[in-house]
Amino acid sequence: MTVIRARGLTKRFGKFAALRGVDLEVKHGEIYGFIGPNGAGKSTAIRVLLGIIKATSGEAEIFGRDAWKDAVEIHKRLAYVPGDVNLWPNLTGGEVIDLFMKLQGGKNKSRRDELIQKFNLDPSKKCRTYSKGNRQKVALVAAFASDADLYILDEPTSGLDPLMEKVFQQCVLDAKAEGKSVLLSSHILSEVERLCDRVGIIRQGEIIESGTLNELRHLTRTHLLIETKEPITDLESFKGVYELERKEDQTISFQIDSEELDGIIKHVSQYGLLKLESSPPTLEDLFMRHYEETGKPQASGAGGEA
Amino acid sequence: MWKQQFTKTGKMILFILRRDRIRLPVWLISLTFLTLITAIAFADLYSSDQERMAIAETMRNPAMTAMVGPGYGLDDYTIGAMMAHQMLLFTAIVVGIMSILLVTRHTRGDEEEGRIELIRSLPVGRLANLAATLIVLFSANVVLALLIGLGLFSLDIESMGLSYSLLFGAALGAAGFFFAAVTALFAQLSENSRGAIGYSFAVLGLAYIIRAIGDVSNETLSWFSPLGWILGTEVYVNNYWWPVWLTVGFTLLITAIALYLNTIRDLESGFLPSRPGKKQATPLLLSPFGLVLRLQRTSIISWGVGMFLIGASYGSVLGDLESFFASNEVMSQMLGEAGDVSLTEQFLTMIMAVMAMICTVPALLFMLKLKGEEKKNRTEHFISRSVSKWTLIGSYFTTSIVFGFVMLFLAVTGLWSASFSTMDEPISFLSLFNGGMVYLPAIWVMIGAAVLFTGLIPQLTGLSWLYLGYSFFVVYLGGLMQFPEWLGKLSPFGHIPQIPVEEFNLLNLALLTLIALLLTAAGFAGFKKRDLTG
Repeated sequence: MTVIRARGLTKRFGKFAALRGVDLEVKHGEIYGFIGPNGAGKSTAIRVLLGIIKATSGEAEIFGRDAWKDAVEIHKRLAYVPGDVNLWPNLTGGEVIDLFMKLQGGKNKSRRDELIQKFNLDPSKKCRTYSKGNRQKVALVAAFASDADLYILDEPTSGLDPLMEKVFQQCVLDAKAEGKSVLLSSHILSEVERLCDRVGIIRQGEIIESGTLNELRHLTRTHLLIETKEPITDLESFKGVYELERKEDQTISFQIDSEELDGIIKHVSQYGLLKLESSPPTLEDLFMRHYEETGKPQASGAGGEA
Repeated sequence: MWKQQFTKTGKMILFILRRDRIRLPVWLISLTFLTLITAIAFADLYSSDQERMAIAETMRNPAMTAMVGPGYGLDDYTIGAMMAHQMLLFTAIVVGIMSILLVTRHTRGDEEEGRIELIRSLPVGRLANLAATLIVLFSANVVLALLIGLGLFSLDIESMGLSYSLLFGAALGAAGFFFAAVTALFAQLSENSRGAIGYSFAVLGLAYIIRAIGDVSNETLSWFSPLGWILGTEVYVNNYWWPVWLTVGFTLLITAIALYLNTIRDLESGFLPSRPGKKQATPLLLSPFGLVLRLQRTSIISWGVGMFLIGASYGSVLGDLESFFASNEVMSQMLGEAGDVSLTEQFLTMIMAVMAMICTVPALLFMLKLKGEEKKNRTEHFISRSVSKWTLIGSYFTTSIVFGFVMLFLAVTGLWSASFSTMDEPISFLSLFNGGMVYLPAIWVMIGAAVLFTGLIPQLTGLSWLYLGYSFFVVYLGGLMQFPEWLGKLSPFGHIPQIPVEEFNLLNLALLTLIALLLTAAGFAGFKKRDLTG
């Protein structure tokens, strides 16, 4: 079952195209990571999904309903946390949380108080006195205290300390355990790696990569460190070998495209392997690889669509 | 040790001047300009003794005394005496407000934003910022005193000699001194800038009220109010300098206390306990409409009080109008030819138009608040929850419509209650009520225009203010300047029948209401369709 389905979303602001045909699917019960640098179009896409702005073309559906037309109905089952939480300076955090929960339609006082305690928030303080992190806590408490089926979180942890980030991650995992779906946009790649079932990478308004982490790893290189009895001299000539570095005579570190892995292992084993260390690519490697490359993004889609 | 606290005060002074290089001149120039223009207007409007005595008669009532202060110069109401009587107190209040806002901005305001922390981490004395702020403000008030004093003298109006004019300026400057020091004190006591501003304004308001009660009932009481000291100079009549020195003396005392408190407290702490807010929301807050009301609460209350006072101030002069108009050419010209209605009734219709337009200001403010909220990315909290866009804009629209009415009602009530006590044959509440409420359709059109802009082209909401300003100009001054009639007809206020002078014109009112409805509907539709910025 699909909770969020976007097809060919395009959004223009005058001449500038913030989104250029974004396809996105979040399935029931999964945590979908939405990553990309500032200005890539993450927040714009999320705002289209929330019906705050209207797509120039393309379809956006949540719970099978139109994100723009049925916004009010959809939002009854959805909770959103913006990355930059602006609150009313003369209301207290507690008042704002109550207001948000009421507007959402839910009323779960014990859950609210429990979360306030977990996030270590003082609800009696006026919002003007809150730091960025505390304002985010207000939005997070309101979101997780509501009984939503879908959580849309736009860089929700940018102001939280590591302890609070843990609490946040637990909240997300709890939501998942209850069968809820989450769209998490984030800069913190380790967080995405830990939480997300599937990931979409957006660049300049286009999804350039999407799929499970494993699928994505296939697209990338594995880091190898080998030590052999006899020196290998001809590695450079192999296809798919990058950043080759000879440490001492017999130790070589390099990266290898995943599809060439089989061939290279067969080759180096002839030289008498003494040591082999392999580390899987991190999401960061993946991310960096996409963004450091100039020119056209790679063709996307390998295993991404399910 | 003590001296070290002030290290780099000079640099801080330059820094503050740099930050306020626009703000400060704007305050000083507009205050000077307003004072001078009023003096010129007085000299023009009341050029003969007879006219001046006529206006003096309208001032002889407790309502006026409570509002502007004792009329010590009423027996020989020269232009100078008139300035001191009608303008000194209000200008002093504005100067006080300037000091309060600027001092808070540079002390508790900066501290709250964490900027003082940065300054303190540099080799700068602990008192440098507070001392620099006060030195800047004191200097600004001295400059203001000189500008106004010399400016008034330069107008070359009889009865406004050099030393007297300088005293007028000095009295205003002293008020600025005093409230700068008071604010510096509350910036130490309160933990946040809102508190500092709030307490300082409370002192200002209290000073006004104590003086008002004292002036009406017991003069000694007025001497407990710093504003009473300012009026105690009796400028242009008796010209006492000592109340100025008294005010400056108190200023220095309060300044010393503020500086001392600043040395003994921690950064970002205060002496007054900051009481914790509500941990939970009251049921009243829990809807978009409830929130809109709550956010505008202070604004609604202050506008309400203000409108009542404006109504009352007009009402308090109604009793003596006939004699006054008979002797004043300019005013009769402003009102146009008198038919079979009394001048008072004519004046009343003009008051109603003016009051209705002033009431439009809060109504527009309440409506356009939505745009401000959108700009600050706070409307997304509603739109991302199950609140429809119509509920959102509707909440602001309802507030605007309801309180547009309430404001007009309060103004009319103020007018009635004051006129009731000063007129020999009071006008009935009902006829005043009708004369005021007939302006509602015009106010609705203005609100409708604001809705339209908010919904379709939010960048242009400023035009609704321009339209109101235009209306004020053509309707209020149209008669005096003898504008062609169609200029007035471009404003909705120009189509309102001036009851009781004119016939009640249902068609005009119905058409205006229809236009208001159309504008509103178009605005709502546009708002539903357009992207929100946040």
